[in-house]
Amino acid sequence: MKFVDEYRDAIAAKQFVEAIARVTTKEWTIMEICGGQTHAIVKFGIDELLPKNITLVHGPGCPVCVTPIELIDKAIEIASRPDVIFCSFGDMLRVPGSQKDLFLVKAAGGDVRIVYSPLDCLKIARENPAKEIVFFAVGFETTAPANAMAVYQAYAQGIKNFSILVSHVLVPPAMEAILSSPLTRVQGFLAAGHVCTIMGYTEYEPIAAKYQVPIVVTGFEPLDILQGVYMCIRQLEEERAEVENQYARSVRKTGNEPAQQIIREVFRIVPRKWRGVGEIAESGLGMQEKYQAYDAEQKFGVASYTAEEPSECISGLIMQGVKKPNECSAFGTRCTPENPLGAPMVSNEGACAAYFRYRRVELMATQAEV
Amino acid sequence: MKNGKEFTLACPIPISQYPQVMLAHGGGGKLMHQLIEQMFVPAFHNSLLGVRHDGATLNVGGAKLAFTTDSYVVRPLFFPGGDIGTLAINGTVNDLAMCGARPLYLSAGFILEEGLEMETLWRVIQSMREAADAAGVQLVTGDTKVVDKGKGDGIFINTAGVGIIEHELTIAPASVQSGDAILISGDLGRHGIAIMAKREGLEFESEIESDCAPLAGLVAQLLGAGLEIHCLRDLTRGGLASALVEIAEAARVNVHVEERFIPVREDVRGACEILGFDPLYLANEGRFVLFIPASQTDAALRVLTAHQFGEGACVVGKVAAAPQAIVTMKSRIGGNRIVDMFSGEQLPRIC
Amino acid sequence: MCLAVPGKIMSIRGDDLLRSGKVNFGGIVKEVNLSYVPEAKPGDYVVVHVGFAISIVDEQEANQVFEYLKAIGELEELQEGGAA
Repeated sequence: MKFVDEYRDAIAAKQFVEAIARVTTKEWTIMEICGGQTHAIVKFGIDELLPKNITLVHGPGCPVCVTPIELIDKAIEIASRPDVIFCSFGDMLRVPGSQKDLFLVKAAGGDVRIVYSPLDCLKIARENPAKEIVFFAVGFETTAPANAMAVYQAYAQGIKNFSILVSHVLVPPAMEAILSSPLTRVQGFLAAGHVCTIMGYTEYEPIAAKYQVPIVVTGFEPLDILQGVYMCIRQLEEERAEVENQYARSVRKTGNEPAQQIIREVFRIVPRKWRGVGEIAESGLGMQEKYQAYDAEQKFGVASYTAEEPSECISGLIMQGVKKPNECSAFGTRCTPENPLGAPMVSNEGACAAYFRYRRVELMATQAEV
Repeated sequence: MKNGKEFTLACPIPISQYPQVMLAHGGGGKLMHQLIEQMFVPAFHNSLLGVRHDGATLNVGGAKLAFTTDSYVVRPLFFPGGDIGTLAINGTVNDLAMCGARPLYLSAGFILEEGLEMETLWRVIQSMREAADAAGVQLVTGDTKVVDKGKGDGIFINTAGVGIIEHELTIAPASVQSGDAILISGDLGRHGIAIMAKREGLEFESEIESDCAPLAGLVAQLLGAGLEIHCLRDLTRGGLASALVEIAEAARVNVHVEERFIPVREDVRGACEILGFDPLYLANEGRFVLFIPASQTDAALRVLTAHQFGEGACVVGKVAAAPQAIVTMKSRIGGNRIVDMFSGEQLPRIC
Repeated sequence: MCLAVPGKIMSIRGDDLLRSGKVNFGGIVKEVNLSYVPEAKPGDYVVVHVGFAISIVDEQEANQVFEYLKAIGELEELQEGGAA
């Protein structure tokens, strides 16, 4: 596949790894924001190839992982209604709410469907006029234009039996929250290439300046990530703190303006709770007044739900880069992908599941030595 | 008899896990294993079941027989490269072949949904007849049940099969040894994607056909060439990854493969990229993995590649002593990782 | 987060918000919404996320990774030369 295969070249990867080793003179901790990058790092064994004095920590960039437990409970409540067809991206179905997950709703007879695109829901809505179609709109800036378009088209086409349960989060406020934590270990960021494809990267410049951290907008293939790490280390070694763009084949400085327009048309910025992290001001998207009729929380009267997270799960510390998954006392024992305590163990991109799936033995061996 | 826990009527799967059967319990991943290991194996415990192979190997009146069963619930019933009928014959034929047996006789049980078109049933029956002829097996007994409209998915088929083992090898995970070469019989994932594409509405430049094929003839040729086969496993639900994990765990060895050796067609990879799937976990219906002594690699490849169902055969890795009971893979760019089973089914990874 | 895959536009139909096209991913063809890449034309590669094209791949920038790698090598040779 063009624009995929060439970035998985073993020889070029080796050259990047060697170049990284040559420029690294100190210990550095870099956070990759995006769960897709975490997935590539563990799947291709990239962290294993890097010099030992570079630590990659996995950021909060997995929408499945940061969706707060009460939103899962709301989804379960709505999906359990006999008049509802509940649609979601695949991974959300396994995330535990306070009592159960969406798969259990399906097993109990609920009509829960996996869709590839939010637009698929409009088709389902037209085909099932007697049912209410609800889409679980999770995601970061990358997914927001797609979810916004579904609402926009439903409004334009007068489709009334469709609504979305919004759990949209924004990356820059989360980065600031991580950087302002006194516990933070993060010295540089690989910013999420597809989020920046939509939003551009001007928002990151004040963050780099204020906290004196290098931020490299990075793609998702192994060579992208290796180049992103190299650029970040170079900045750290040279005591620079700039925003650089490794992923220029997709990311333009001002992002995708038509997409941003639709986001602003349908959504507004609201405070949002992140699972494991807590509430962050101006870090989420909610529905604009004009589109309230498409807000599932209003439509089904579940807006006021609250729920407590399991106390043993340290997902917040993990997503802030303060701890690694294997430093959790429940990791691999009381918390596994089959029986997750927290969301990072559920999603394929969740830091804990990625560690469990791909790195478990090595980590267990290390733990045994300690 | 501590706390009387050795005999209990309570469900042994902890309630903190799923208290109900989920689709994922049939997905070929860890949840299915949990079901087998915690419920079926303890309940029916015996030495034959304990081998945990695709079929059981029986000694009956001096003859060594292989015996297996499988049920087929595919949707859509018809797909490029086959249908539920071809699957129902080939799947059971292949399970017998994986025991190193020559398949002889099959039974077929049909669960039909009220309202099913006779024409549809007839097409499936014809496919089964053709597949049985091609595999050289006879369908010698059967059963039919009809369920109320809405209680089935058109057609469910169960087939069981008996075959004869005409050699002295023990083809099972227990025979796998450190140093063995690991071969697969062709490219991965075509069946899984052919089915998925029908459901997801993907189109193709040129259609992807299921790899569905009877493998007993090819296995017979391998045996006929005098190869010392240690283990065979067809790569159905859960794909290559799950098959390797099962074998590594049962044989207590390290199975090591290299990503760059594993053939996956470009269009199959394209579909995987879009859906966020890993081809290692896709289902195949005409592919198997073969464990043999490394010294016999070339001889095995000659037999495999000369056969129409083994044209794309290649070496994908080797067996090492440690770390035990685990599958490791060297990625395309040279990093190592652990290959694990999926919990349930692969879910489209969107975000 | 945000799995997005590059594919080649084969054909385009419709306008504005309903603008869509067939996009080819290594032989797999999928209908993709193109309203966020109004200047895209058949033959262009687009990055696709959940059924939406979110950018046009800049083919010149696509080589940048390899040029960068080459530049690192040359830079280091220069520095080594200077040190010796």
